[in-house]
Amino acid sequence: MTPDANQNPPAQPLLEVKGLKMHFPVREGLFLRAKRSNRAVDGLDLSLATGETLGLVGESGCGKSTLGKCIVRLYRPSAGQILFQGRDLAHAKGAALKAQRRHLQMIFQDPVESLNARHTVADIVAEPLVIHGIGDAHSRQRKVRELLDRVGLPANAAERFPFEFSGGQRQRIGIARAIALGPRLIVCDEPVSALDVSIQSQVLNLLLELQHDLGLSYLFIAHNLAVVKHVSDRVAIMYLGKIVELADAEEIYRNPRHPYTRALISAIPEPDPLRSAHKQRIVLSGDVPSPINPPSGCAFHPRCPHATDRCKHEAPALRALASTEAAPGAATTASPHHLSCHYDL
Amino acid sequence: MTNVSQPPRADDRAVVLSVKDLVTTFDTDAGRLTAVDGVSFTVQRGHTLGLVGESGCGKSVTACSIMRLLPQPMGKIAGGQILFDGHDLATASPEHLLKVRGGQIGMIFQEPMTALNPVHTIGRQLSEVFLLHTTRDRREALARSAEILGKVGIPSPEIRLGEYPHQLSGGMRQRVVIAMALACKPALIIADEPTTALDVTIQAQILDLMRELQREMGMAILLITHDLGVIAEMCDDVAVMYAGRIAEAGPVEQIFATPRHPYTRGLLDSIPRLSTPRKTRLATIEGMVPALADMPQGCRYQNRCPHRIPLCANLPKEEIASDSTRVSCHRWRELAADIEQPRAAL
Repeated sequence: MTPDANQNPPAQPLLEVKGLKMHFPVREGLFLRAKRSNRAVDGLDLSLATGETLGLVGESGCGKSTLGKCIVRLYRPSAGQILFQGRDLAHAKGAALKAQRRHLQMIFQDPVESLNARHTVADIVAEPLVIHGIGDAHSRQRKVRELLDRVGLPANAAERFPFEFSGGQRQRIGIARAIALGPRLIVCDEPVSALDVSIQSQVLNLLLELQHDLGLSYLFIAHNLAVVKHVSDRVAIMYLGKIVELADAEEIYRNPRHPYTRALISAIPEPDPLRSAHKQRIVLSGDVPSPINPPSGCAFHPRCPHATDRCKHEAPALRALASTEAAPGAATTASPHHLSCHYDL
Repeated sequence: MTNVSQPPRADDRAVVLSVKDLVTTFDTDAGRLTAVDGVSFTVQRGHTLGLVGESGCGKSVTACSIMRLLPQPMGKIAGGQILFDGHDLATASPEHLLKVRGGQIGMIFQEPMTALNPVHTIGRQLSEVFLLHTTRDRREALARSAEILGKVGIPSPEIRLGEYPHQLSGGMRQRVVIAMALACKPALIIADEPTTALDVTIQAQILDLMRELQREMGMAILLITHDLGVIAEMCDDVAVMYAGRIAEAGPVEQIFATPRHPYTRGLLDSIPRLSTPRKTRLATIEGMVPALADMPQGCRYQNRCPHRIPLCANLPKEEIASDSTRVSCHRWRELAADIEQPRAAL
């Protein structure tokens, strides 16, 4: 992140998602008719500025990966808009979509599955260049070498195959591929959760460095809140296809307002025995409900310790809270704290 | 975590499990590989020992060695003792092992879906434990299964007995696995990454449950995990493993407050915490764990260690520091000088 991007958020966001829905049909019964649907993403709004990192946190099945795949258009959303640099991608096709994809890349969780085992590293990293017809064989070779060097891989890596590398190195190959076209936004879907702690910090440092040098924006999807807080400017908390709270990264940890966010933060095991001995933990009962048959009203109400009758019947909207006292040390132009709860607990 | 501040008991009778100089080898195409190389630790009654390390450091192999569940015929305990209840499990007879597994030592595995048999009902799998160890009466075994399911917090246990694993959520399945491990009131539970496959809020539920059951039943727990946060919350003592050896071991507060081995320090420094300033460079451990086939002579951490000296080519002896932690590093005394003051409170 460039330091001034933090102080002067540009007027027009790089990415704006409005009312996005992604419903997957559930085929069942004798004729496999789609009678019900899995509402993986169910009416979601967010925006992302140039050079910004938006962290997206939630438990498995909350739709965070589906949202990421919709944004890079690996899925075709059921409804809503994805405005990227002012153009709607949600229903773009063919050449128009391909032109935008140059600026929009993705890093996947599993560095084994996301690299073709039969291609050399050079083939993998050069593939985006080939698809978009950039350069000739010779210049592409030079570019691959540059990219490998940029992500900290030795030059002789180009001739080798993915299986010859460790998890951390494979993730670097995926990163080299993602930055090959000089994108503006990278969707990082759990980029470090498959890695060991000592390797995780190497990859996080690389991502931060690349953002600083190339002015990238990240949508950073993860379930590890400490990792998300470390890399993000703002953090959105997702529950059953919707955003329940969104605020500056510092603010959301210091002053969580949604009961789910509070439980999530209190559930993180902290690597500090003295603190964890005295910690007041909120343990939620029950599991995340199925997005096929989400609870009525506020989707969180069956697990919420503060649920009332109103929560059972009426779904709360994501609203901006009146800015309270500015937290010391927070960015001067703190973005408003958004909350989706009937009450301000 | 009520007993965190209790000093470790020196009383020998309180020791449930004592592993001494365990060496486990695997015969592979690349020759004989030593996955665990001289590991020693003890687990005390009612206490939790954490075994922490990165993938491939030998923590799961240690657990499998204790249970004698090493893959056959490649895996072999090549040396050392595993003393449990007056017997050496390393050399125990198959008949004795059958009594110990599931009876006196319970095991919780990482992936609850693969730990349960998908084609048998929960009731059948759970009552099998009772039928093997305590009773011959099927009806009694089922009644006891329902009782233990209730104890691990599964609602309407009688109905769940007739269900199959796929009908339960991940958290519920892990509760069933815990129920199975606890069925015969074992003296020791070995939990191998019990919450790694679960979400944070479910993880909090399961860790809470394990703590509660430990308070109630007083069993010892050997907890294997790569998550330093889980270690900090659950354990009384911790052993940090690196490449098949214990780098450092001791009471959990001491290890976290004044880590002495460079690897422990590197590990603790490289995790982002809620208090780390955002978007700053994290400390890293350069390079990666060497492969088992080409381990360096002497200290196994030397290739990644920022404090390496020529002496590191010799195997460091384990030394005991003032606060009863054990360290295997040639330079820990001189390195300790700059960290002796406890790290800034977070």
